[in-house]
Amino acid sequence: MGYSGLRLIKEALTGHKGWGPQWRDASPQDAYDYVIIGGGGHGLATAYYLAKEFGGARIAVLEKGWIGGGNVGRNTTIIRSNYLLDGNEPFYEFSLKLWEGLEQDLNYNAMVSQRGILNLVHSDAQRDAARRRGNAMILNGSDAELLDVDGVRKMYPFLNFDNARFPIKGGLLHRRGGTVRHDAVAWGYARGADRRGVDIIQNCEVTGFRIEGGRVLGVETSRGYIKAGKVGVSVAGSSSRVMAQAGMRLPIESHVLQAFVSEGLKPFIPGVITYGAGHFYCSQSDKGGLVFGGDIDGYNSYAQRSNLPVVEDVIESGMSLIPGLGRARLLRGWGGIMDMSMDGSPYIDKTHIEGLYFNGGWCYGGFKATPAAGYCFAHLLKTDRPHDTAKAYRLDRFMTGHMIDEKGMGPQPNLH
Amino acid sequence: MIINHPLLGPRDAQEFTYLGDAALINRPDWTSENALREFHDYLHLRDNPAGEHRELWFHEQGDRSWLVVTRNTVTHEISKVELACDVARASGRSTGRDEGQVA
Repeated sequence: MGYSGLRLIKEALTGHKGWGPQWRDASPQDAYDYVIIGGGGHGLATAYYLAKEFGGARIAVLEKGWIGGGNVGRNTTIIRSNYLLDGNEPFYEFSLKLWEGLEQDLNYNAMVSQRGILNLVHSDAQRDAARRRGNAMILNGSDAELLDVDGVRKMYPFLNFDNARFPIKGGLLHRRGGTVRHDAVAWGYARGADRRGVDIIQNCEVTGFRIEGGRVLGVETSRGYIKAGKVGVSVAGSSSRVMAQAGMRLPIESHVLQAFVSEGLKPFIPGVITYGAGHFYCSQSDKGGLVFGGDIDGYNSYAQRSNLPVVEDVIESGMSLIPGLGRARLLRGWGGIMDMSMDGSPYIDKTHIEGLYFNGGWCYGGFKATPAAGYCFAHLLKTDRPHDTAKAYRLDRFMTGHMIDEKGMGPQPNLH
Repeated sequence: MIINHPLLGPRDAQEFTYLGDAALINRPDWTSENALREFHDYLHLRDNPAGEHRELWFHEQGDRSWLVVTRNTVTHEISKVELACDVARASGRSTGRDEGQVA
């Protein structure tokens, strides 16, 4: 049954007895046409679009823990379409357009809030780069506005404008960017997929692939063998571990990224601000907490926890941009495992094993990509051809020389 | 994290920068038939294990030596620290100086 204002009134009058669970707790069947490994945002979105847009038949999502317990529940909830390169920007613009219609599509309140993202600039060179990126965004159908320092001052008067080393010179404003209630994205896709017949199977860890003659036949799991026509892997930080079971080495390193939230404060940051002189960005949640984050820790890690050196680094950056931050108390910090790729851009591709497909390498930008990654991965699974906006995300692009290096860092994952 | 430097004793990991998997010591032979494929794999593919991992750390804020640190990527526990030059020599790699930079 759908959610609506009318339904809410009806349920309120009848003691809220009619709501029921949002998805079934499915048990694994013997065989599926499509098995998606990973019940995070991307995996659930893939199953949803496969069922809804591409008429996928029997579909299962396998999740080793509970759905939405990984990075979709650990991010800083930002959505945006403000990339420079041709391989990226059409994809992220497609994603933002899907975000804009997401709640109606899912019949689910994901609290999509297009509150605007401001990338600050601190030098002439940075302003030139921002202008160039803004033009690239506009060419791809996104929006961008270059603000001078007065424009920034009007929006955020409390920033540290006259820092001797990194004075604020302006910013690139992307008004359609914003934030989304992250958990609701996982739940909304799960409910939407479930209503279209997808089996969401939790506590079901994949322990191996059955591969014969270069073709995948199914997956071994902690709940028994499951036959599969096609298998899509969408497991973010665990990508290397899962794909190693199929004998593959990936252009990926796993790193821990931390994020933080302060105690609840009265509203004072209406949008999202990113610092141009240090790796720091901040927004304020609807509950009032300041949500902010910074760099990855920089060494391989599968520990989903925070570490003090980066806490110090992030808070220092934050204080140098928003001196008032020092008056707020830190409520929580947490860590998630990022699948850092070799050029900072993701992969949505077939593998050399027939019937085995891979979606990963999202670095710390996977959340905003959720709808389009799901859509494009579903497109690939169904048609065996990449979606138009995702055709640059090939696994072999380092061999062919087509890397998509937004920051120009080279194959050094901890620098992206 | 504390890295127990073989020459300087225990040092804060903040003094170091991180490069990656210690397999990066073993540069492929550029004269080999499959050099293109080997360099692609060397530069871009990683084992990326959850568990014990041998990795290269550079003591940038210290004596500027390269270390091979054996560390658990799940617990961050460090079990072994060696000088990278010792590791390279033990694996049969010379400094390259005497062989015309071939190694």
